Amino acid sequence: MRGADYVIKRTAFAVITVFVAVTINFVLFRLAPGTAVSNLSRVPHATQELRNALKQQFGLDKSKAAQYGIYLKQLAHGNMGVSFANQQPVSHNLWVALKNTLPMVALGTIFAIIFGTLTGVIAAWRRGTALESTTVTTALGFYSMPTHWLGLMLVILFTGILPTGGMSNDFLIDPSFWTHLRDVLSHIVLPSLTLGLVLYGEYTLIVRSAMLETLGEDYILTARAKGLKPWAIVRKHALRNAMLPIATLVALSLGYIVAGAILIETVFSWPGIGRAVYDAVLERDYPMLQGAFLILTVSVVFFNLVADLLYFKLDPRITT
Amino acid sequence: MSVVLNEPGLVVDPEPARSRGGFVWRTIKQRPSAAIGVTLLTLIILGAVIAPWVAPYGLHTRVGPVFGHPSWSHPLGLDDGGIDMVTLLMWGARISLIVGFAATLVSMLIGGTIGVLAGYFGGRTDVVLMRITDYFLVIPDVPLMIVVAAIWGPSLFHIVIVIGILLWTSTARVIRAQVKSVRERVYVKRARSLGAGHTRIVLRHVLPQVAPLLIANTVLTIAVAIFDETALSFLGLGDPSRISLGKMIENAFQRAAISSGAWWAIVPPGLLVAVIILSCSLIGGALEDALNPRLRVAHLSARTFRLRPLVGRGADSL
Repeated sequence: MRGADYVIKRTAFAVITVFVAVTINFVLFRLAPGTAVSNLSRVPHATQELRNALKQQFGLDKSKAAQYGIYLKQLAHGNMGVSFANQQPVSHNLWVALKNTLPMVALGTIFAIIFGTLTGVIAAWRRGTALESTTVTTALGFYSMPTHWLGLMLVILFTGILPTGGMSNDFLIDPSFWTHLRDVLSHIVLPSLTLGLVLYGEYTLIVRSAMLETLGEDYILTARAKGLKPWAIVRKHALRNAMLPIATLVALSLGYIVAGAILIETVFSWPGIGRAVYDAVLERDYPMLQGAFLILTVSVVFFNLVADLLYFKLDPRITT
Repeated sequence: MSVVLNEPGLVVDPEPARSRGGFVWRTIKQRPSAAIGVTLLTLIILGAVIAPWVAPYGLHTRVGPVFGHPSWSHPLGLDDGGIDMVTLLMWGARISLIVGFAATLVSMLIGGTIGVLAGYFGGRTDVVLMRITDYFLVIPDVPLMIVVAAIWGPSLFHIVIVIGILLWTSTARVIRAQVKSVRERVYVKRARSLGAGHTRIVLRHVLPQVAPLLIANTVLTIAVAIFDETALSFLGLGDPSRISLGKMIENAFQRAAISSGAWWAIVPPGLLVAVIILSCSLIGGALEDALNPRLRVAHLSARTFRLRPLVGRGADSL
């Protein structure tokens, strides 16, 4: 049966990738400078007895292989350790952060996909016109800007008009549901817009390239010879086929979205997973950093898998 | 995150390339977008190189008040330490470019080696190397860079290595595909039957063929490396003792340049990074699509219907 094989293969690949990431994670933090005791428990001038006790408590007296085994086992149970900063379980902290990040990132990505596809198609279709040069130059401009810098530019432009930090106004006392919603929505505009604009640049360029390649195909010539309207050719013949590479490239830009989220949340103090990474770096909160890296990797791998399977569904030519 | 920038509508000189360097040079000369990129990049590099001699003020000398306004003697104002922004920009570009080029060199060495080995030897080597590449391709770079940089501690050398060892995946894949096709060509087989060793074949016959693509990839990687340096610096993982463009943005952000209204401390460094990345994208993109023959035909042109693209039509202008 077509499909089952492919799904299993891709899923296995995704699982192994996560495993590789987990291993990198384990190895990296064991390579950290300083002794494991001082890194993990932060007792700089501990006595020898305390050190030994901690070593035993953290299982650091066991062999590296045994430690790795324990690490995997704990991870499988969802235990990522305890944050140094607020003494909460890392998994709890990350869950809260992830819930804040998702709407912001989703909004920006949807914005970018809609407008990026639109202008990308127009740029390819209107090739050689002033409209195309304008579109491409704008897209390239947004693509080239450092994400956080673009965010800061928006802060400068919109100070006083829109809230430029945080996720909600803490001074609203017992707001009604609608007031709260409006408050959060006004806070989400700038971070989402920043991500949206950066991705918009990237997607416009990708869609334009994919469309141009498709427009060079012979079946477009055939459609044209049949006397179909240009718009019908673009919509029914070119765009549908161009969607395939676009789907892959959007999946590949996931890593970029993650990077963008970290930078944007830092600029706008958005209490999401990117901000958690930033805070963890500042405070050298290794368990949080480790957990956040893992969550980010797993989500990228997961969405990649989704894109792969989607691609398979879209393109009947894939057989393996 | 490299974006393929396609520039169709221009037929590349039908005359076969006499030398690889000639190809790159001709592409740049024929495409205005690439020419603009090269010009801008050259100017910035020049400014960065001569910084020690022409920078108007000292890099560490306080010449006025904190966030001093732009004036005739300080066209871009002063930063949070009262240091002249023009001076800082020249020195900052220097460090950013050094990191960009050095990290790209590291990533080219790794990616090029893996790509050539996988493509040239094929078989099990290929499978193993490409598997490793695939895993690294999916794991998001920037968080991994952050983790490594946070553990290693901030220093310019670490930043270069961290960026370099994580950016090689796309290079490896591109080079591998190219080497694979070159390997099957007749002249490579002839060279082999004449008794040429692997090293000689790779160096004399395979590498020159993949060079234009390698150059395109290098330029695009420089852009990514500079972006990554800016991002890492912004997160406080840059070398605290060296001023790079990313560090300048971080300093301005941390010391509240925005709420002090000192836009001049924060706009120029980011703009300069954007221009560097833009130039690299223009050059790399132009080279990449000069190498892609599929893009030279377009059946659905905006105004008139043409079977073949026209030479020298305005479409090549960006």
